[in-house]
Amino acid sequence: MRPLTEEETKTMFEKLSKYIGENIKLLVDRPDGTYCFRLHQDRVYYMRTQAFRTFTVFWKFVPDKWSIGTKCCFSMFGSGSRYADNLKPSCPQFKVWVKPGAEQTFLYGNHVLKSGLGRITENTNQYQGVVVYSMADVPLGFGVAAKSTQECRRVDPMSIVVFHQADVGEFIRNEDALT
Amino acid sequence: PEPNVWAGCSNGSSSLRRSRREKQTLQCQVSKNLWELLPIERAAKKEKKLKESMALSSDDDDDDDDEMEEDGDDDEQKSDADMDEEDGIQTNTDDVDNFRLPSAEESEKEGVLSVDLKTVHQRIKDNIDVLCNFSAKREEGKDRAEYLSLLKKDLCTYYSYNDFLIEKLMDIFPLSELVDFLEANEIQRPVTIRTNTLKTRRRDLAQALINRGVNLDPLGKWSKVGLVIYDSSVPVGATPEYLAGHYMLQGASSFLPVMALSPQEGELVLDMSSAPGGKTSYMAQLMRNTGVIVANDANAERLKSVVGNLHRLGVTNAVVCNYDGRQFPKVMGGFDRVLLDAPCSGTGVIAKDPAVKTSKNEADILRSAHLQKELLLSAIDSVNATSASGGYLVYCTCSITVEENEWVVDYALKKRNVKLVPTGLDFGKEGFTSFKKFRFHPSLRLTRRFYPHSHNMDGFFVAKFKKFSNVIPSASVGKDETTEGAEAIEATDSPKDKPSKGKTTKETVPAKTDAVKQKAKTNGTTAAKKSANVKTKGQQNSQTGPKKAKIAKMDGETVKKAHGKNPAMKTPEQTNASKTVKKDGSRFEKKQTKKGKSPLKMKNRMGKNKFKKMKHKLQKNK
Repeated sequence: MRPLTEEETKTMFEKLSKYIGENIKLLVDRPDGTYCFRLHQDRVYYMRTQAFRTFTVFWKFVPDKWSIGTKCCFSMFGSGSRYADNLKPSCPQFKVWVKPGAEQTFLYGNHVLKSGLGRITENTNQYQGVVVYSMADVPLGFGVAAKSTQECRRVDPMSIVVFHQADVGEFIRNEDALT
Repeated sequence: PEPNVWAGCSNGSSSLRRSRREKQTLQCQVSKNLWELLPIERAAKKEKKLKESMALSSDDDDDDDDEMEEDGDDDEQKSDADMDEEDGIQTNTDDVDNFRLPSAEESEKEGVLSVDLKTVHQRIKDNIDVLCNFSAKREEGKDRAEYLSLLKKDLCTYYSYNDFLIEKLMDIFPLSELVDFLEANEIQRPVTIRTNTLKTRRRDLAQALINRGVNLDPLGKWSKVGLVIYDSSVPVGATPEYLAGHYMLQGASSFLPVMALSPQEGELVLDMSSAPGGKTSYMAQLMRNTGVIVANDANAERLKSVVGNLHRLGVTNAVVCNYDGRQFPKVMGGFDRVLLDAPCSGTGVIAKDPAVKTSKNEADILRSAHLQKELLLSAIDSVNATSASGGYLVYCTCSITVEENEWVVDYALKKRNVKLVPTGLDFGKEGFTSFKKFRFHPSLRLTRRFYPHSHNMDGFFVAKFKKFSNVIPSASVGKDETTEGAEAIEATDSPKDKPSKGKTTKETVPAKTDAVKQKAKTNGTTAAKKSANVKTKGQQNSQTGPKKAKIAKMDGETVKKAHGKNPAMKTPEQTNASKTVKKDGSRFEKKQTKKGKSPLKMKNRMGKNKFKKMKHKLQKNK
C-alpha cells in the first residue's frame, strides 16, 4: 500500500470529477477526520488515516503474508471505474432515477432504457458520468448518459439513455473480483 | 403385523393412490368412531385428537395432520404411517393405560421388519411419560436404564441421529424438553434480517420491503434493528435494498454476541473469525463507522464474502486480514474488545445442516474443544486489560455441547486473568455450573445459552469476559506446592476477587488443593504469606538458571528501577505490572514473583503502535 503518484492522482481525480464534479473537495476536507487515498493492488482505497495506521501494522509484522483486502475501497484502475457507493447522497452532480420496473434489469448489468427512466438531472450532457438511483433514492450504480436531457425527452421508449458501467449487483455477481 | 409388510411393498405408490387410500382409511375411522368403538376407546381417541390439535395448528382432518407430523420424513415413511392409522388407534388405547417395554423377541422382530414410525413416535411419548413419573408408572421389575435405552433407540430411529449425539443431548436436556428440541430441529428457523443503520432506519426499510410484497414483523423487544420475514414474493437476498446495503440477512442468534460485546465508538475491536461478515458489520454499525475493526478469518475463500458484505453495507472502518486466530497476539494485540465466534461442531444449528445429526462423534467434539481453547487463550491475550473503555471479550459458539462451551470458558478462567461478567442479554438460559463429571466455576451462571425450541433461534452460547490484568499467569507448574504458594498469595492479597483470581492462577486442579486454599485463606496472616512466597521462590530457583538470575535481579530492584527498564525490555506485561505496582504497593510482592517468570513466557506481544502509545502514557505519568 502506498500513496498515489502525481500521475495516478490526476487520473483518479479526473475520473471522479466525471461523477461528482466540484464536490471532490468534500471528499478531501471532511469534518469528521482526515482521510487519505492509498493505492493497493490496482485499487485506490479512500480511508480514514486512523484505519490506515492499523493497516500498516499488518504490513510491518508479516509483510510477505498479508493478503489483506481492506475496506473503504474507493476506485479502481484497470477494470473500469467501479467503487463502493459510500459517497454521500449529496455528492454526485448528475443523477438518474430509474423506475421500479427497471431497477432489476439495471442491477443485472443492463443499460437503462427510456421506458425505465424515471427522472434525470436537468442539463445533463451527452456522455456525462451519472449516478443511478432508484425512485426511492437508493443508489444503484454508475453509468454514462447516452443522451443529453433534452434528447431524452424526444427519443422512443426502447432506446438506451444511460450506459451501464457499474452497479451494486456486482457485490454478489462478482464477489471474487472485489478482494 | 401385516399392514407393515404391505406398506413396505408400496414404496413407490403415486400420490394419487395414496390419497385415495387415505380417504378410505378416513371413512373407516369415522364409521368406527361413531358406531363401533367402546367408550374407553372413544375417550382415548378424543384425548389423542386433542393432543394433536394442540401440537399442530391445523386439524381439518386426519390427512392433514399426518402430513404435518411426518414433516421431514420421506414418502415411504408417510405411507407406512397412513396404512397403520387404523391399528394405531387401538394399540394407542392400550398404551395410554399402561405402557410396557417390548420384550426381547418383539424388538428383534422390529429389527427385521421395517419400523413403523407412528408407533415409534407414540412409544417415545409414552416412554417419556413413564420416565417423568417413574415411581408411579413404572412396570414392575424393569429399571430406569431399560426405559432409557429403549428411548434412546427410538429417538435415534425417529429423528435419525447417531447414538453419540442423542446421548449427549439426553445429558443436556431434561426429557420433557428433549423432544421439543429435536422437533424444533426439524423445522427451519424464520428468516431474519438486520437493518443497516449506517444507511437507513428500520421503519423506512420495513416500509420499502412491504412495498415489494414482503410480509415482515419486528424481531422482538430485545432488538431494535431486527426484522422477521414470514414470506416474500421476491427473493429477499436480491432486492435493490439488499444490494444497496440497507440490510443484512442474518440469523437472530448472531445478533446476540455483538450485543453482548457492545463495542463503543472509537475503539479498536477484533473479530477473530468474521466470515461472512454479519457480526462485523453489526459491530461497525454500533460503532457508527468510527474506530477500527480488524476482521480476521482463517479461511481466505470465506474472506471474499466478508469483503463483499462490508463493501455492500458501507462499512469503512474495517481492515480485513487472513491469519490463523491462534497467531493473533503476535500479529497485533492491544484490542479494546475482541469477539471470538469459535468454529464448532454446529450442534446448535442442526436445522440448518442436518448432516450434523450423524456426522459427529466424541473425537470431533473434543477436537473442536481443543481448538476453541487455543483460540480463546490467544483471543484473551489480544485484549488490552488497561483499556479505558474496554478490556472485554465475548466468546460464542453455535454449539450446545458443554464440552465446547462451559468447559472451554472454565479452562480460560483458570489459565488467564479474566473473569466472567453479565452478558447484558436479559433472556436465555444460564450456563451449567456442574455437568456430569465436570464442576465449573460458579460464575459460569453468567453465561447464556439459547435453544431453538425455547427461543426460536439457532442454538447458541454466549460468554462475556472482562480481562483484569495483562499478566499471564505462570504456565505449567508441575508441583502442587508451587500452586499452593501462588494461591496463598492470591488469597491473602486480594480478598475481593478471591474466587476468580484463585482459579486463574491455579494450573493443575487437584481436588486437594482446594482444602489447602481454604486453609490459607483462613490463616491470612503475613507470616503465612511470607512462607508461601519463599516457597514459591525456592521452587523457582531450583528450576532453571536464567530464572534464578532474573529473580535475584528483581528482588533487589526498586519499583522505579523496574519501571525505567521497561522500554528496553519491550515486554508489555512488565509495563503493566510495574504500572499496577506503582499504583498499589501492597501488591508488590505478588507481581514480583510473576515478573520473574514473564520474560520467559512472553507470549502476549502487543502491536507496535499500542506499545508506543503505552510508553508515551507511562512517560507522561512520570
